[in-house]
Amino acid sequence: MTKNVVVIGGGASGIEASRRLRDLGYSPVLVEKEDHLGGHLASWNRLFPQMIPAKDILKSLTSDMKGIEVFLNTEVISINRLKDSYVVKFSNGLSAQVKAILITTGFTLFPAQKKQEYGYGIYDRVITNADLEAWFNGNKDKRVTDPQVIGFVHCVGSRDEKAGNRQCSKVCCATAVKQAIEIKEKFPDAVVYCFYMDLRMFGRGYEDMYLKAQKDYGIRFLRGRVSEVSEDINGRLVVKADDTLLGKPVKISMDLLVLMSGMIAPESNMELSKMLKVLPGEDGFFSPANAISNPTLSNRDGVFFAGAATGPKTMPETLSEGRAAALEIDSYLKRVGD
Amino acid sequence: MIFQGKQKIWSEYQKDIPEDHYFYVRSCIRQSFFPASEKTFLDIVKGELGKDFFETPHHTTCGGIAYHAEAVPQETMMTIIARQFALMTENGYENYVCSCITSFGLYTEVMEDWREFPELEAKIRENLWKATKREFKVPKYLAHASDIIYKFRNEIAERAKFRLVNHKTGAPLKVVEHIGCHYSKMFPSKGVGGAEYPYVLAGMIESWGGEVIDYPERRHCCGFGFRQYLVKANRGYSMSNTYKKFESMEPFEPDMIITNCPGCPYFLDRWQYVIAEQTGKTYGKDGYGIPVFTYEEVAGLVLGYDPWDLGLQTHQVAVEPLLDKMGVPYKPEEKYKGVGGKVIVPPEFPMNIKCC
Amino acid sequence: MVNFGYGLTPSSAVKIIEGEDKLYRKLCEMEPDVKKCMACGSCAASCTAGDFTEMNLRKLILSLQRGYYQQALPMVKNCMLCGKCNIVCPRGINTRHLIMSIQKIYNL
Repeated sequence: MTKNVVVIGGGASGIEASRRLRDLGYSPVLVEKEDHLGGHLASWNRLFPQMIPAKDILKSLTSDMKGIEVFLNTEVISINRLKDSYVVKFSNGLSAQVKAILITTGFTLFPAQKKQEYGYGIYDRVITNADLEAWFNGNKDKRVTDPQVIGFVHCVGSRDEKAGNRQCSKVCCATAVKQAIEIKEKFPDAVVYCFYMDLRMFGRGYEDMYLKAQKDYGIRFLRGRVSEVSEDINGRLVVKADDTLLGKPVKISMDLLVLMSGMIAPESNMELSKMLKVLPGEDGFFSPANAISNPTLSNRDGVFFAGAATGPKTMPETLSEGRAAALEIDSYLKRVGD
Repeated sequence: MIFQGKQKIWSEYQKDIPEDHYFYVRSCIRQSFFPASEKTFLDIVKGELGKDFFETPHHTTCGGIAYHAEAVPQETMMTIIARQFALMTENGYENYVCSCITSFGLYTEVMEDWREFPELEAKIRENLWKATKREFKVPKYLAHASDIIYKFRNEIAERAKFRLVNHKTGAPLKVVEHIGCHYSKMFPSKGVGGAEYPYVLAGMIESWGGEVIDYPERRHCCGFGFRQYLVKANRGYSMSNTYKKFESMEPFEPDMIITNCPGCPYFLDRWQYVIAEQTGKTYGKDGYGIPVFTYEEVAGLVLGYDPWDLGLQTHQVAVEPLLDKMGVPYKPEEKYKGVGGKVIVPPEFPMNIKCC
Repeated sequence: MVNFGYGLTPSSAVKIIEGEDKLYRKLCEMEPDVKKCMACGSCAASCTAGDFTEMNLRKLILSLQRGYYQQALPMVKNCMLCGKCNIVCPRGINTRHLIMSIQKIYNL
């Protein structure tokens, strides 16, 4: 039997785990449903707080893919358990018999149009964090045209039971502050507001980034959720929110509103979890057997997790988990005998 | 504004409204506010469209006003509603349509409550039996009367004598649509078009030739707010909310407002008078206000009914500027005549808002 | 005009109109540290005057930022410049100096 491992999901943690498995002497099969590797990393522009270009990271990640079988535009159709292995069938007609499967399915962005009151897809000047990254990447977007007043709405579809999503998406606070700084660099005369509930600046350097946003870029932070967005007769956005620290409702006319769409579990997790017989949590993300001692282990032999498949994570966390999962699979396969 | 974005939302919130056979219940207050609207509704669905709409003099209030003013407890209100359903059941109907938005919201709420808590429904059944010896079935389908006009909007358009178009210039009239809060804000899936961008009135306006205006305070309440209005000390809040809406729609220069709630047309109409008398401000052209209509009145105008038969003389804000734009003929001298041409005393006219 | 026994209530919403916060921009030039405020409220919690009066530096800074100063400025007269807020500010803002600059710019 070949020393195969199937890695489902070709985002950052999937790539990193595959490379490490290859280095350990295995022949991983990396399955990606899109036509390119990199997941969300491939569409992002720069990463906080060091502002490292995403394409540099992706480039170094994918620089050496030798020994890794990559299936693009491919999905997993079925997984069958044999005595001590799994038969995984792919939509490209191929299949693999393996003793270990690594789930690196990551996340999808909350569809911002679901928060209808913010008018994404209805009002001309409402965009999402992903749209803004695409614009930073050089994609043309006529919605971003010389804005004088810009707003960032944190927690769009996160921490929101009404949106069916209770959890915090962890990285959007820092992303919003990063993007606020970046857009202020592009439009130095613009006034930039961040509407936040709590600012979760948990990582090293994040608080410094927040301070820099205030001190050097004059970004204004307004604690309160946006209640509704509408358009005035000139096509400018009218944004209503509660300034909870001032204890008053506020109304601001804006030229651009950026919705920080949160991370949610991909819908395909349900299908995958049925095939693997590992139940996702209430939030749709996979649950490790022990989230503290080893977040890469599932409660099923031979099934492993890495990255945002088990919940929102930052890029360095995702990459570390990819590496950790490779080591974990290696010791598992040595134990059961590959 | 991305129109396709709205269309997408509208397509997600469509209701499967039955064609025919409805049990119709009236509103408590509409018959005094806009006396001809409900009659016009029945004239259209029964007379024009030949549908079966049944009503009985035995029906009562749904208890909504008392419930929302916290004058009666929930159980009482539910038993009143159960009796209405019993009348529907006894007369052999399964589709229930109400004229009032508050009733619609309340019926929806009650039906959802019973679905979630069957023991509550059982208790109400017992209450009703003890009090009246009646039994009931929960309606198979609950509609608001505006859903029905929405459903038949194109049939009405086919029969149109007049359209929501300036008959001199051919330009579509600019129409503000105002949806009663209890229509879909509580249960977005129960309203045509959902809660944020309701389509029920917008659909009629499009179908009849008008242009819908989306102004910043479109979603805002008309200001009625039950206790805000019912308690005189709070009445200023009620009016301030209406004022906020008018200030917001003013730059769009709307020709008319269409509503689907009993309270909204009343407050949007009468507060224009109070605002004018207190501040001197009017929102229409040349000292007039912006005329406010119920959807039945507009359907009636489109179908060519006589404006005074539609009860438009009971509006505070003069409707004549709109009738002139649409090209609807009317006899000014008939405006304040009673049934059979009986001369009744014309009302006293306000100081600051022009009323023809 | 007719007296109905009730009237319009002014909106409590703060309408933030850009370009009308010239004074705040001037304050930022004179006192750049004001931008560092993260509205934690340490100043207000330790304020000697705050126990007895409207004084609340956190709210004052926010109000100035939102252009809502006319309603907020009267609180400044209650400040005794004791400097306790200066000691506690976690972002190291010279709050005492800031209050004096506010008085200068807003002509108090």
